[in-house]
Amino acid sequence: MASKLTTSNRAGWAFALPGFGLLAMFIVVPFFFAFFLSLTNQRLISPNPTEFVGLDNYRNLLGIRVLSIEPEVNAAGEIVRDETGAPEYPRVRTFTRNNPDYPQYAGMREWFRWHSGDTAKVVVARDVVFWKSLRNTLMFVLVVAPVQGALALGLALLINQRLRAINIYRAIYFMPVVVSIVVVSLLWRFLYAEEGLLNSILHGLSFGMFEGRDWLGDPDTALGAIKAMSIWQAVGFHMVIWLSGLQTISPTLYEASAIEGASKWQTFRYVTWPGLRNTAVLVLIVITMQAFALFAQIDVMTNGGPLDSTTTVVFQAVERGYGKQDISGGAAISVILFLLVLTISLIQRYLTREK
Amino acid sequence: MAAISSDNHGLRLVTRYVVLTLIALIFVFPLVFMVVSSFKPDLQLLRDASSIRAFLPVGDISTDNYSAAFERAPIGLFVFNSVLVTGVTVLLSLLICSLAAFSFAFLEWKGRNTLLSIIIATLIIPFETIAIPLLLLVSKLPWIGLEGLSVGWLNSYRVQIIPWIADGLTIFLFVQFFKDLPRDLIEASRVEGASWWQIYRRVVMPLSGPVIATAAILKFLVMYNQYLWPLIVVQEETYRPVMVGLQYFFQLNTAWGEVMAYLTIITVPVLAFYLALQRAFIASIASTGVKG
Repeated sequence: MASKLTTSNRAGWAFALPGFGLLAMFIVVPFFFAFFLSLTNQRLISPNPTEFVGLDNYRNLLGIRVLSIEPEVNAAGEIVRDETGAPEYPRVRTFTRNNPDYPQYAGMREWFRWHSGDTAKVVVARDVVFWKSLRNTLMFVLVVAPVQGALALGLALLINQRLRAINIYRAIYFMPVVVSIVVVSLLWRFLYAEEGLLNSILHGLSFGMFEGRDWLGDPDTALGAIKAMSIWQAVGFHMVIWLSGLQTISPTLYEASAIEGASKWQTFRYVTWPGLRNTAVLVLIVITMQAFALFAQIDVMTNGGPLDSTTTVVFQAVERGYGKQDISGGAAISVILFLLVLTISLIQRYLTREK
Repeated sequence: MAAISSDNHGLRLVTRYVVLTLIALIFVFPLVFMVVSSFKPDLQLLRDASSIRAFLPVGDISTDNYSAAFERAPIGLFVFNSVLVTGVTVLLSLLICSLAAFSFAFLEWKGRNTLLSIIIATLIIPFETIAIPLLLLVSKLPWIGLEGLSVGWLNSYRVQIIPWIADGLTIFLFVQFFKDLPRDLIEASRVEGASWWQIYRRVVMPLSGPVIATAAILKFLVMYNQYLWPLIVVQEETYRPVMVGLQYFFQLNTAWGEVMAYLTIITVPVLAFYLALQRAFIASIASTGVKG
């Protein structure tokens, strides 16, 4: 295909080099640098030379075990029980602190536990906060990706009607997208406050039954509150992507289904949805990538609290890599995050592949 | 019969608008709250926040919060920094990325496909995963300035600009657009003896208005709303952009009125810009979808 007219190695490289060079320097190099740094003990500023430490950073982050603890037994061989009849257990730290019989648990802390008969199964991890950040991030992605995708599709279908002034509504629904997430987070902090608007609305709607709560101050509701706000902010973005997908579907298909007497649901199921296949893959992958990157909302609204209930992987990477100047630890978290994003995108691509 | 059905039609139309409007309220109410509150004294702001008064400019209305906010923080400087960094990055990005895309779309050269694949592959690397290694990298980079050679880019404009100039999405958008331009046009210009630079400058770029608008708007949104990156690379007030400048307003006793005034100052110009160009904004987001 190459015609003589357009072949030019010199001009080709000269035009592409500034862009490619910058991209290589500031995206590709740091990307591989992250893998390298995660295998060292590099700090942002340190008098000591950097050393290669193998997989230590990953071991420190990901080390996790289940510890089975038998209840305390008295001299007669009976299980010791407290007033409520629950068995009493030796403290976890008798296993994890300076106990030469259990070197594999050394330095670990309890994350959570469950009971199997009278035995307590205790999950202990080297870095409980990091495990919580992984759990929180996954919970965030698992809720936000489908809910935001579906709501965005709903809005797109609503906006895709032939109505006067419909463009004004489209512009309004999209408005939060152009506002910085930092600004949005601050505004919603106000909304979620104990004396805030949300509580008074719920109080009014429930005829006074609902007692106000501090949405961001309660470990049970803080992450949920951040999910809701994040969906509110970005749903307009994905609405527009769905809309552009809807507009690629040929009107003749709709005419045909109207002639066949298809119901609204049938039209959606057999005409609209199949036409949106590629859009669906794109929307899902973009939302997932954005959701994994959750940081600003946390930094502005909760700082990871209360009780680490809203800490996320990126928040941890920044807190360590920048806050504690532990570049290698932050880099290891970054690598784990990248592998997670990649895995989820590949799974999504596989599940939504053309059959 | 006809009358009944048209009544019915009218009713359904009204229902539709009611639904659309209720949803619209959900999207605007925090922003209305922000603007309205910026004119209220703190005590009243907090009291009003639990009722409909939160959205109404009632009570003691003044611009005191604005003067107080300007006294508390160098807002003019922050806005200047953000506008400078955003403006320079957008312009350089348009130039550098369109040049690269021009080469990928129109020229045949060794290594072209490899380089383009690498660029596309960078699209799946979220910035958050490279922020920490990039921080270390820029803290060690040399720079030749007016005062001679120095090491380290922290606390500067360049650290906020240069890493953001080239990005995979912008290059990709330009490549897609260029591929739809008629190739005959390029070859004809070549036959007439035009240089590649002349073709870029005189033939291709004048035809590229839509994609330039798209790329500029997307870059503008990213740059003006930057938070994580300046947070970790800029500690000195002199170079701080608007979003990081917010820290000034959170001391022991947060003066919420001033916070709202600051938020209004940094948000309303962007919203006005958006509303003026809303078709272009929405088209730019949509075009990332269709071709992606």
